[in-house]
Amino acid sequence: MRLVRIPHWGSTGIEAGGKRARFPAADLAVSLGTLTLLYVVARVGAESWVRFHPPDIIPSVSLDPRNLPNYAARSTLRMFTALVASTLFTFVYGYAAARSRRAERVLVPLLDILQSVPVLGFLSVTVTAFIALFRGSLLGLEAACIFAIFTGQAWNMTFSFYQSLRTVPAELEELATLYQLSKWERFTRLELPSSVLGLVWNGMMSFGGGWFFLAASESISVLNRQYTLPGLGSYVAVAIAAKDLRALGWAIATMVILVLLIDQFFWKPLVTVADKYKLETSAGEERRFWVNDLWRAASLPHYIEKLGGPLFRAVDRRLSRLTPANRAVAASDALMKTDRIFNSIVVVLCVGLLIAAMRFVHARVGYYEVAHATLLGAATCARVLALLVLSTLVWTPVGVAIGLNPRLARITQPLVQICASFPANFLFPFATLGFIKLGIHLNWGSMLLMALGAQWYLLFNVIGGAQAIPNDLREMAQNLGLKGWKRWRLLIGPSIFGAWVTGAITASGGAWNASIVAELVSWGNTTLRADGLGAYIAEATGKGDWPRIVLGVGLMSVFVVAFNHFVWKRLYSLAQRRYQLG
Amino acid sequence: MENKTSLIAAQDVTKTFPLPGGGEQTVLENVSLTIAEGEVVALLGRSGSGKSTLLRILAGLIMPSRGEVKRRNMTLRGPNPDVAMVFQSFALLPWLTVQQNAELGLIARGIRKEQAADQALHALAMVGLEGFQVAYPKELSGGMRQRVGFARAFVMKPDVLMMDEPFSALDVLTAENLRGEISDLWQKGTFPAKSILVVTHNIEEAVLLADRIVVLGANPGTIRGEMRVDMPRRRDKNAPRFKALVDHIYTVMTNPDAHVGELPATPARRFAMLPHARAGGISGLLEILHERGGGEDLPRLASDLRLEIDDLLPTVDAAALLGFAKIDQGSVTITSSGENFAMADVHRSHEIFKEQLLREVPIAGTTLRVLEQKKNAKIGKDFLLDILDEHFSNSEAERQFQTLVDWGRYAHVFEYDADEERPYLADPE
Repeated sequence: MRLVRIPHWGSTGIEAGGKRARFPAADLAVSLGTLTLLYVVARVGAESWVRFHPPDIIPSVSLDPRNLPNYAARSTLRMFTALVASTLFTFVYGYAAARSRRAERVLVPLLDILQSVPVLGFLSVTVTAFIALFRGSLLGLEAACIFAIFTGQAWNMTFSFYQSLRTVPAELEELATLYQLSKWERFTRLELPSSVLGLVWNGMMSFGGGWFFLAASESISVLNRQYTLPGLGSYVAVAIAAKDLRALGWAIATMVILVLLIDQFFWKPLVTVADKYKLETSAGEERRFWVNDLWRAASLPHYIEKLGGPLFRAVDRRLSRLTPANRAVAASDALMKTDRIFNSIVVVLCVGLLIAAMRFVHARVGYYEVAHATLLGAATCARVLALLVLSTLVWTPVGVAIGLNPRLARITQPLVQICASFPANFLFPFATLGFIKLGIHLNWGSMLLMALGAQWYLLFNVIGGAQAIPNDLREMAQNLGLKGWKRWRLLIGPSIFGAWVTGAITASGGAWNASIVAELVSWGNTTLRADGLGAYIAEATGKGDWPRIVLGVGLMSVFVVAFNHFVWKRLYSLAQRRYQLG
Repeated sequence: MENKTSLIAAQDVTKTFPLPGGGEQTVLENVSLTIAEGEVVALLGRSGSGKSTLLRILAGLIMPSRGEVKRRNMTLRGPNPDVAMVFQSFALLPWLTVQQNAELGLIARGIRKEQAADQALHALAMVGLEGFQVAYPKELSGGMRQRVGFARAFVMKPDVLMMDEPFSALDVLTAENLRGEISDLWQKGTFPAKSILVVTHNIEEAVLLADRIVVLGANPGTIRGEMRVDMPRRRDKNAPRFKALVDHIYTVMTNPDAHVGELPATPARRFAMLPHARAGGISGLLEILHERGGGEDLPRLASDLRLEIDDLLPTVDAAALLGFAKIDQGSVTITSSGENFAMADVHRSHEIFKEQLLREVPIAGTTLRVLEQKKNAKIGKDFLLDILDEHFSNSEAERQFQTLVDWGRYAHVFEYDADEERPYLADPE
C-alpha cells in the first residue's frame, strides 16, 4: 500500500513551443541522441562480461575523476536493467494477482511482506547465490546488484499495477466483456492504459529509491570478503575508505547530473505521455514537455511508425487471435469447495514455515540471542518513530505551504523529486565526518542518516495532499474566518491526513531499510556503531554469520509487518473512512 | 406475450450475492422476462430492485444463481453476442478517439480496419457526430459523449440494444433532447437494433420510450407486473393520457402493495367526476334499498321519496361509483358491499365506506398518501384544486373538492379544517 500519490500539476514543465513543423535540428538531435545511447549501452554492457575469479581477479575502482563517466554509465545501465526486470515482474505478478481470485489470496499478502522485508539484509544471500550461479564471470555480481535494485523497485510498482487493475471502472470492464475483447486487446486497450499513469509515477519514485540500493550493493563485504563492482556506488565506497573528500565531491556532482539527465530525458517525457491516459474525462490542459516535442518534430519516429506500423498491427492481431476472450462468465457466487482446500494448504504451509523458523532459531542461536535482537529491534523502532515525528513536524508546514501555493509548487516540486531521487547514502560520509568531529554518538546520529532518505516521501505526499484540497473548502474556511490552529485542526489536518499516512508508510519502510546502512558507518578506519537491529544485521552480514543474518532479517521483517498491521493499516483505513476528500 | 420472435428470455432467474460477513443477499427472485422482436421494454424500479442486475444477466455479464437465460433457444453461458449496451457513465476509453471508441466492438470481432472505420463513421453520422471522429472524449460535452456511446452500440447492429440509465448522467435538457432523438430514430424504422431494453428509474422516460413497462419491486427484486403503453410516438408529455399513465405508475411505485396492472381503459376514470351527493344521502339511499329488498325502479323510488329524478340521480350515481349499487336500465340494485354497509352499525359502516372510497376513488387515495407523507399531515386546499383543475373547470373543481371533503370526512379518511381550508390527518388515537 506504499503507493505514491500522483500529484496534481498545473501546467508544469517547460512549455516548448515546438509544433508539428519538422526542422533539421530536431532530426540531428534525435538521431545523435539515439546513436549515442546505443553506443554507450553496447560498450558498457560488454564490460560486464569480463572475467572474474574471486579472490584472485577482482575489478578495481580508481578514484581518478576521469573514470566517473564510465562508472556512471555502468551504474545507470544496472538501474535500467533492474527497471525493465521490475516492469516485467510487475505485469506478470500484478496481472496474476488481479485476475485470479485464488492467486490473489496468496500473492497480495506475500507482496505485502516482500515490501516490508529489509532488502539490504538479504544482500549476503543473493550475492553468494548469484556468484555461484555465474561462476567465473562478473555477471554474477552484476546480477546480484541488479537484483538488489529490483527488490527496491518491483513491489511498489506491482502494487500500483494491481490496484489499478482492480479499480478499472466496472462499466469499462463490462464493455470489454460484452464486446469480447481478446485478452491482448483488453490488456493493451483497457488495462495497461488505465494503469500506466500510476505505474510511471511509482516507477519514477522507486527508481529514485533504487539508487540507494545501488550505492549500497555495488560495494559490499559479504562473508568476510569485499566485493566491488565498478560503478558510482563503489567509487564512493573506495573514496570513503581512502578519506578522499575531493573524490566524494566529484561523485556527488556526477550523481546530481545523472539524476537530472535521467529526469529530463526519461521520466519527464514518460510522465508527459502517461498523462494522456488519465481515466478522468474532464478537459484539462495537455501537459507538454520539450523532449516530447523534439521527438515529435523529428523524422525518425515517423519512419519507425511508417516501417513498423503494419508490423505492429500484424503482431497486434496475431496476439489478439492467440488470446481469445473467455466465452463463459464464471458463476462465482460463493466459496467453492476447492477454495477451501486451497486455503487449508496455504495455512498448513505457513504454519510449517513458522515451526521450521522456530526450530532453526532454537538450534542455532538460542532464545537469549532472540531476546537480545528483539531489544535492538525496539531501539531501531524507536528511532524510526522519532524520525517520523520529527520529519512530520518539520516538513508538514513546509509541504502545506508549498502545496497551497501553485507557483511555489511549480518551482519546488521538481526539486523535491530530485532530492528524493538522490541516494542519501552518498551524503553519509559527510554526516559521519561531522559526527566524528562533533563527538555525536551514532545512536542519535543514525536517526539523521535514516531521515536523509526517508523524509522526502513525507514532504512529497504532504504537498500532493495540500494540492488536493478543493478550492471551495479553502474559500469556505477563509469566508468563515478560520485561522491559525483552528484552520489546521478543522481543514488542513483532516484534508492531508490520507496523504500523510501514505507518505509515512513509505518513509517508515525506507527508514527501516536504511537502518542497515545507517547504524554502522565508517570513515577511513574509524567505524561508528549504533545499538540497533540494523547494525546487528550489517555486522552479521559482514562476518557471514548465517544464523544471525536469518534471525536479524526475520526479526526486522516481523517488526515491519507488525508495525504495518497494527499501526499503518489502521491509520490508512481511518483515512479512507473518515478523511477521504471527494 | 405476442406471437413475435423471442430474442432473449429469462426464465425463473434468481440472483444472490454473497455478503462480506457471510450469508447472502437475494437481489432477484424468480424473475421471468421475454424480450420480443420489435418492442421497446422499460425496466422500471426503485434502487434495490435489481433492475441493473437483471439487465446484466440478460446481457450475459452476470450468471444467474438459479434459472437460465435463453437466446435463440440456447442457454446463455457467456456474454450475449446479440446485445450491445449503452452505459450510464458512457464507458468511453479516454485515450481513444471518438472513432476508435465507436470501432471498438468491431475491432474485437476482427473486422478489417477500413470496414470498421466505414461503419463507425456511418453510426457517428446517425447520432449527429460527423466531423468529431478525431476528437477525444474529454473534448466533448456529456451529451455528445453519450452519443458516442450510442454510436458504439449502433455499429454492432445488435438484436437488443440495452440501455442502463442512459440519460441519468446528463442534465435535464440534454437528456430530453437525446431521448427524443432516440425515440425518433426508433419511430423511423431504421433503428440499428431489433429491440430496445432500457433500465430506468424515471417514470416519464419509461412512458416516453417504451411499448411495455415492467415494474420491479425491491428487496428482493421481483417483477410486480407490467403495462402496455399504447400511445403513438413522439409522445406528448402534456397529453392527459400520458399524465394519467405517469400518475398511475407513480401511485403503483410509491405503494409497494398496490396491484400493478394496466391503466384502466377510460383515461378519465382516475378523475371520474364525483357526483354531487352527500355521504349521508348515499347512506340513506342504501338503507331504503335494503328495506325494499335490494332493488327498485328509479322513477318509482323518486316519486316515493317525493323527489325529482334529477335530484335523486347524483346520489344513485355516487352509490354506484362507490360500488354500493348497480344501475341497470332505469333500476338500481344494491351490491353485496352495499348490503353490508346498510346492515352494519355506525362505526362499521364508516369503515366500509372508507374501504370503498379508497378502492374506487383514486383521488381519495392520493390525498391520503400525500397527507401521510407530509410531516405536519396537512395539505392546502389549493394543492388538491390544482390537481382537479386539470380535469374540471374552476367552479366544478371547487364542487369536486367539496364532495371529496364530505366523503373523506364521513369515511374518517381525513379531517378538514374549514377555517384554514386544509384537509388534515387526525391523530391515530
